[in-house]
Amino acid sequence: MPNSATPNAAPPGPLVLPPWLTHAMAPLPLGPLQPLLALTLSRIGRLHPDLYGRLGEHAEKRFGIEPTDLPFAFVLEPRPERPQARAVRRLPAGLDVRIRGPLSGLIGMAEGRLDGDALFFSRTLSIEGDMEATLALRNALDDARLDFGTLLLGCLGPLGTRAAAFLRRQTGQARPAQAAPGGSSWN
Amino acid sequence: MELICPAGTPASLEAAVEAGADAVYCGFRDETNARNFPGLNFSRDELRRGIAFAHRHGVKVLVAINTFARAGAFQLWQSAIDDAVAAGADALILADLATLAYAARRHPGQRLHVSVQAAAANPDAIRFYVERFGAQRVVLPRVLGVMEIASIVRETACETEVFVFGGLCVMEEGRCSLSSYATGKSPNMQGVCSPAGDVAYAQQGGRIVSKLGGFTINAFEKDEPAGYPTLCKGRFVTPKSTGYIFEEPVSLDAGVLLPALRDAGVTAFKIEGRQRGRAYIAGVVRSFRDILAALDQGRSAPVTGLAAMSEGQANTVGAYRKAWR
Repeated sequence: MPNSATPNAAPPGPLVLPPWLTHAMAPLPLGPLQPLLALTLSRIGRLHPDLYGRLGEHAEKRFGIEPTDLPFAFVLEPRPERPQARAVRRLPAGLDVRIRGPLSGLIGMAEGRLDGDALFFSRTLSIEGDMEATLALRNALDDARLDFGTLLLGCLGPLGTRAAAFLRRQTGQARPAQAAPGGSSWN
Repeated sequence: MELICPAGTPASLEAAVEAGADAVYCGFRDETNARNFPGLNFSRDELRRGIAFAHRHGVKVLVAINTFARAGAFQLWQSAIDDAVAAGADALILADLATLAYAARRHPGQRLHVSVQAAAANPDAIRFYVERFGAQRVVLPRVLGVMEIASIVRETACETEVFVFGGLCVMEEGRCSLSSYATGKSPNMQGVCSPAGDVAYAQQGGRIVSKLGGFTINAFEKDEPAGYPTLCKGRFVTPKSTGYIFEEPVSLDAGVLLPALRDAGVTAFKIEGRQRGRAYIAGVVRSFRDILAALDQGRSAPVTGLAAMSEGQANTVGAYRKAWR
């Protein structure tokens, strides 16, 4: 039975890099990115081991991440033994999952600041391939509470870790849970 | 009025607590709950820690064990009930008569809620659950109007909980077989409607085509807001027309009806979305907490502004204000 749905104006979507910047980055070599990606992935595995429990068998899958506003993409193989992430000019064939969207949307979803379903509804994000693996990755990342700023700064050693803690305090991300108004006993 | 909020992961549970939930509902990582999606839900240890966290903040935790037990595998549902009670659950949300009977007999002091999956939509059904199993609350299916809910509240001695936001089942939950027909897996038994393993999306130029179990169920044009791959919100070709037959891709938003639902005698408002991310949970819970605060202070309810979080980026008040039968 048709229903009286009320379409609403959507708020602005995630930030998209301007085409000139995407174009300007195109000639840059990908080599320097590879060790940074490897280090970041290694830190994620070390700091968030529960992530693999949620990924389960899907940790063995190959995920293609394609930021639509970057001139390169990423192939992620999160397996617990020898996890790998590498930057590529073009996603190869044979991947289990391909996820496309603006870089800020992909990072926002990975950090749990943006809702993946909402990005899909707005057509900001598109997905093809193994949906079980996609959901497992999304849910595992959402629970892990990643902060890529902290992860990247942490790669710089103790000074970076202190800088990340300072930034977290400044941005309010270290806020403890506030008491909610509920609480009367039932049983 | 209580605000009952979803959590699919420990991080989501904490987000719901921080955003102002009175209670959080969640389930185990198996087929005993109706949101059995990959990477979602709680281990036994995560539930224990989640309940401890919630209780430290004065928030209750309700554990959904609300699928219908598979013949020959009842032990899985029994152990879920036993472990949820042992973890300190404030209430169990159950649907299957066998699980209700087991919980009432084995854990007589445990508070029991009748899940929306039980489709208890009239006073006779609700009285049965109250008298037979001591159920103290029923979650009403999303097929009733506000006046019907008021009538049920008057005729029963049971607390009522109603959905006010999120994914909208337009069928009587627990009795829908659309997804089972297409995939061979039952939302009511395996705990997943439109299982991810049976879903496929294909990009065709700017369009996306969604399929479930090999059936094409929708095609969204470039920039057209998309919806979940559920048959009840599929677009069908019939000899008379092409379009939505049951429902459009849309989410429930009954924010404007909270005063009417409160006046109808409803005990608790429930937000759907255990499968959603922390951003959804925090945003929606805060929004409804603001509405409840406004109502408590005698102010008019603010508009939720949650369309961007909604399926198809559109909202409806669903059957609460239905003009059809």
